[in-house]
Amino acid sequence: MWQKVYEDFKDRGFTIVSVAMDTPEAARRFIEAAQPGYLTLIDRDHHVSALYNMLNVPEAVWIDETGRIVRPPENAGWFDGFRKRNRTTGEMPEVEAQLMATAKTVYMDAVRDWAANGAASRHVLDAAAMSRQLRKPDDDIALAHAHFRLGGHLLRSGKDAAARPHFEEARRLHPQSWNIWRQTHSRNEMGFASGPEFWARVDALGERRYYEKVNIEGMP
Amino acid sequence: MITILTDQQPLHVTPAGPTDTGLWLTRDDVTRATGFELKPEGLCKGDICVPLPRHGTPLVDGSGAVDVAAFWRHMGQPVVHDEARTTWVLASGARERAAALETFEAPDFRLPDLDGRMHGLSEQRGKKVLLATWASW
Repeated sequence: MWQKVYEDFKDRGFTIVSVAMDTPEAARRFIEAAQPGYLTLIDRDHHVSALYNMLNVPEAVWIDETGRIVRPPENAGWFDGFRKRNRTTGEMPEVEAQLMATAKTVYMDAVRDWAANGAASRHVLDAAAMSRQLRKPDDDIALAHAHFRLGGHLLRSGKDAAARPHFEEARRLHPQSWNIWRQTHSRNEMGFASGPEFWARVDALGERRYYEKVNIEGMP
Repeated sequence: MITILTDQQPLHVTPAGPTDTGLWLTRDDVTRATGFELKPEGLCKGDICVPLPRHGTPLVDGSGAVDVAAFWRHMGQPVVHDEARTTWVLASGARERAAALETFEAPDFRLPDLDGRMHGLSEQRGKKVLLATWASW
């Protein structure tokens, strides 16, 4: 999804670091199919999620030339249209498809503006706006990531039964994290954690978003 | 042999005492696992020294072994272990993580690519970096 903006701006001091909140086994076919020119890293323990206090994918952080964050972690332009998809036929209402396309375009245009203009981009946030938008982790979130880490290690050591209570504890402690929930939940034959329990959880959001609204003008 | 998971690579060590009451490691293993060194002023890493609590159950025994789990919790950071008490996680606490984010300095990390080669975020310094996550699930 980032290939075009990468190609257009890679010679102008811009790059992309893509991080898969995933196992290398599951991520491999996607990376090999896309063959992106930019760096693609594998984060099976969701270390980056823990460091940056991320909740879902895709999220993105803008980091300037000096290593300073100029937009904190946020939804990278996805819209909740999938919730209005007909769950039998898979059909997407036209209006929702339009909103999804708009969200992606608005976000990508913002990235392009920053890639071209750097600090002068109107999408670069000042310290006050950064503070408002920054989600800070609490004790439960930090503990959830510790349990997730332990569960992951136990799972890779073949100790599935020992891993399970730690994944459950991670989900309980950090219910807002779709990353933890979906990574530790059973998958269908397509590799998606999108069974009835996923949909029940999405429906329980009610008016709240699955992909949180991005604070960029024109964003649906 | 037990396994200790920190932000670095997993460390396999022989504990210096029974693990039913804590996680006792030899002086050297404490440093290998956490980077903290036992000094007269407390447990120190770089310029930072954490004084040992004066009251309650001691964190250090006569041989210089340290109950790292108790020390970690003393610093307000999470410790979790499996039921067998053979795998331990010494994690970063919320306060430390939140304080790091509040500086707006992008937290650095090292992760492998598909071929297992390690890359650090800070190697991209000098460029604008879009750090973007995704997943197959």
